Amino acid sequence: MHQIACHECDLIHNVPPMPARAAAVCVRCGAVLFRVKVDSVNRTIAWTISGLILYVVAITFPFLAMKSGSIVQETGLLSGIRQLFEQGIIPLAILVLLTCVVIPLIQMLGLLYIFIPLKLNLRVKLAIPVFRMFQHVKPWSMMEIYMLGILIAMVKLGKMATIVPGLAVVAFGLLIFVLNFAITAVDSHMVWERLGGES
Amino acid sequence: MKAGFASARQLGLVSCHDCHLLSRMPNVTAHQAACCPRCGGELHQRKPNSIMRTWALVITGMVFYIPANLLPMTITSALGSTQADTIMSGVIYFIHSGSWEIALVIFVASIFVPFLKFIIIIYLLLSVQFKSIKRPKDRTLLYRITEAVGRWSMVDIYVVTILIALVKLGVLANIEAGPAAIYFAAMVAITMLAAESFDPRLIWDIVEEKHE
Repeated sequence: MHQIACHECDLIHNVPPMPARAAAVCVRCGAVLFRVKVDSVNRTIAWTISGLILYVVAITFPFLAMKSGSIVQETGLLSGIRQLFEQGIIPLAILVLLTCVVIPLIQMLGLLYIFIPLKLNLRVKLAIPVFRMFQHVKPWSMMEIYMLGILIAMVKLGKMATIVPGLAVVAFGLLIFVLNFAITAVDSHMVWERLGGES
Repeated sequence: MKAGFASARQLGLVSCHDCHLLSRMPNVTAHQAACCPRCGGELHQRKPNSIMRTWALVITGMVFYIPANLLPMTITSALGSTQADTIMSGVIYFIHSGSWEIALVIFVASIFVPFLKFIIIIYLLLSVQFKSIKRPKDRTLLYRITEAVGRWSMVDIYVVTILIALVKLGVLANIEAGPAAIYFAAMVAITMLAAESFDPRLIWDIVEEKHE
């Protein structure tokens, strides 16, 4: 039995041992305090590695090609960002680079950096700041929103020219689910207990 | 699940923002910071300067909302003629071309949600400043939704960046980003920060004070 305070209303709760897959909900404001995850370490590692593979495909291959007469124009995530830089729209280029390329990568590498040592019962330096950073960057990782943007752009351009979805669209679609599974497999309660207990 | 009927603050305890460990709030003087015994993160009973910081961010966001909506988001040139589109004229274009679902997505994500976010955050700020004790649970829920939904407003920026990268057909057709794009992206990021800096526990502090 241990005590925690609700992060949204500060009410103190005595938490009894909980069954797997259960969620603890604040009795006063209804916020989810935490969920008990099953096999968190293995699942997080597995989903994150599959995520990394899909990520490489999603950012390097073109996701859309536009045919208009004899001209074919292709764009992918990285080549699109490079084009933005070349056209001098630097703030937007940096925004897309951070939210759709850098932060998702940091998230996945951060998860592996935390979870592989947990799996092997090793201690690594800076595990605590890395996990703290993982929690803070979460809202700024926006690949799923970019995917919605791709779909809207397809509809919009479909009126003017022939649109051919590329390989990266499939990778993108899968990556969004895989990344989401990886993040929901993280049992942050357990991670903090183990990281804190080691130091 | 049993609850003690007190908040951490009332018992002189503090919950770490990062690792959620509950510990006793140490006495710190000015220029000192309390640190979490487990993760070393800085401890605050409440987010520091939550009300003032949130006001500053929400007002900045509202200022940016105006050029984001009035200035053109994209400038399309095709066969010698150029056309500047604001967010709203883009929505109207989608309605006319028959894809009302897309029009709805863009309208909700780019115009309606940011506007609603301003209203909700200001309402939450005022309700705390005027020490309201009405429906704290609903206000907390409102906060939770506001915080979760804001990032989706970024979708229009991504559409614009994809269009300008893709439509590069020389004189035939060319799309460029308009001045609104930067204001719009900044507005979304700033309102995300505004939601993050508000501390919903302030709502409950007032309820507790009135009961004491």
